[in-house]
Amino acid sequence: MAVSVNEAVPASPVRDRTPPARRIGGGRGRSVLEIALLTVLAVVMLFPVLWMIETSIKENRDVYAVPAKFFDFEVTLAHYRDVFVAPGGGLSDLSVAFLNSLLVAGVSTVLATLLGVPAAWAYSRFTLKAKKDQLFFILSTRFMPPVVVVIPIFLMYRVVGLIDTPLGLILIYTAFNLPFTIWMVKGFVDEVPAEYEDAAMLDGYTRLQAFRKFTLPLLVPGIAATAVFALIFSWNEFVFAIFLTSSDSVRTAPPAIAGLIGGTTVDWGLVAASSVVFALPVLIFAYLVRRHLVAGVTLGAVRR
Amino acid sequence: MGTVAAQGLSKSFGKVQALDGVTLDVPDGSFFVVLGPSGAGKTTTLRAIAGLEKLDAGSVHLDGRDATGDAPADRDLAMVFQNYALYPRHTAYENIASPLRARRRPPSEIAEAVDRISGLLHIERLLQRRPAQLSGGEMQRVALARALVRSPRAFLMDEPLTNLDLKLRVEMRTELTRIHRSLGATFVYVTNDQVEALSMADQVAVLKEGKVQQVGTPAEVYERPANQWVAGFVGSPPISLLACRAEGDRLIGADGWSLPRPGWTTAEDGRPLLLGLRSEDLSVEQRGNASLPGELYGIEPLGDRTVVDVRVGTEILKVKARPTISGTPGERLLVTVDLDRAHLFDASTGQSLSAATR
Repeated sequence: MAVSVNEAVPASPVRDRTPPARRIGGGRGRSVLEIALLTVLAVVMLFPVLWMIETSIKENRDVYAVPAKFFDFEVTLAHYRDVFVAPGGGLSDLSVAFLNSLLVAGVSTVLATLLGVPAAWAYSRFTLKAKKDQLFFILSTRFMPPVVVVIPIFLMYRVVGLIDTPLGLILIYTAFNLPFTIWMVKGFVDEVPAEYEDAAMLDGYTRLQAFRKFTLPLLVPGIAATAVFALIFSWNEFVFAIFLTSSDSVRTAPPAIAGLIGGTTVDWGLVAASSVVFALPVLIFAYLVRRHLVAGVTLGAVRR
Repeated sequence: MGTVAAQGLSKSFGKVQALDGVTLDVPDGSFFVVLGPSGAGKTTTLRAIAGLEKLDAGSVHLDGRDATGDAPADRDLAMVFQNYALYPRHTAYENIASPLRARRRPPSEIAEAVDRISGLLHIERLLQRRPAQLSGGEMQRVALARALVRSPRAFLMDEPLTNLDLKLRVEMRTELTRIHRSLGATFVYVTNDQVEALSMADQVAVLKEGKVQQVGTPAEVYERPANQWVAGFVGSPPISLLACRAEGDRLIGADGWSLPRPGWTTAEDGRPLLLGLRSEDLSVEQRGNASLPGELYGIEPLGDRTVVDVRVGTEILKVKARPTISGTPGERLLVTVDLDRAHLFDASTGQSLSAATR
């Protein structure tokens, strides 16, 4: 951008003769406007995050100070200690919740990937009866928001004894991530020419060996990106978690953090600190996904 | 041994009938070319033989044994794909070694075989490169090496030269013929290029819309096409076809011309016919035993020869002539015809009406 601005508006003596329309329409005028608007947008978007981080490191009295203190407050990490350590020592309820989240999100993502990748491969490679209808049906299970199905699922879970168990959450998250995984990975498999597998089968490999040895390695970036999305969904999920779990030992982080708000007093420092801890993994994962999504699968050995 | 016999292969993709009772008999050690335009079912035929396509009907026999239900790996065939299908993450060496590794041969034997075949194809210096670092011609050689590294029952080749430029294609044609001769193996070779078919094949099967039109040596297919379509597909410039009918001892053209009736035709009087004339059997320089009146329509110099378009009535005849020939469009001229080498087809069925013994 900087280069084109310099080209569009040369040094001072010439600049005065530049037609006004041009200065408004393109060149520096636009770039200044762009930067200004982007700055406003960034402030609006980032202020809550900034405030959350500030609150998480303020003393309680500074949190409630009027007028609000932006810079001149004392930094404390006490809230972060409270997130992880119970008042009497040992694991806090929140750390148990974080561990539960880790377990539920991790296992459901692994399950969805293990089931979804072979399904995606099969949908991409084989001729199946009513393949498009099947794929549409699979996708359609994602049309309904969780809140619509949560009551029936609650009733079913009560009958089979899955209420308030990690397994119950793992199953429902797997079911929700599976369609997404199948659709995403199928797109990546479609990009890999089937001829690699054909050639491998003529080389002497079985169909599954051909997939594992020659197609699967090419899918790894795509599968990784898909898995991270599934992980983020499971990690962030709130509606199922709050309906289907009740005890502190099973509850995942989103309902546990929400549970901090309410009652007679709210420890905003603790809420902010646990929110920061909760947001960090998602930020890291999102950063990892970003590259894979843009790059896609790189191939090169086939002439089309 | 390496015979391939396909019997009544049928396969449809949805509403498209890709193969409609294709029967081929490939003798041991022959260079068998399946020729046809795109969409004729050539590749599907090859994939059916390889076991990559599930058939609706028909059987594949390899060395006399029914292999219809066998997995590709169990058929002991090697295939070269049109887009080469080299494994992108593997080096050329690993690509070539893959069929031997899949069959768990000892590493020393693999190294020896890869060395031998890369010497034969002059690709020794490419072995450590990945497919992305190879040119089209180099990829083609590596793909060929991956097939030739083993001694399978038969080699299946799916338009292996189509993606190469013309010069390389001519070179590789000679080289493939040489390799075939030195190996003495069975080749089933699919192409839409009639020059490849005529120059390389022992046997040619001409395929159209999933049906075999004719099987024979290149000379048979060219000299005695089974029907009008084969006559039109094989040969360049394409054969000229003139509507006519037989009457007594004459052939009367729809445009009014008349030629002596050839003795070799089985056509009866009055039936609508098509007279097929190849450009090399026609002349605008007074040779041959009969002539057609026409007017010069265009001249197409091709370097070693010139193709003269002559309008006879409403039809255009393509006539081969000396490269030095000249003329002005509209000029009246006589085209002499070598009737002994002409073809007659039934105008409605397209079947050849030439006696088998002429």
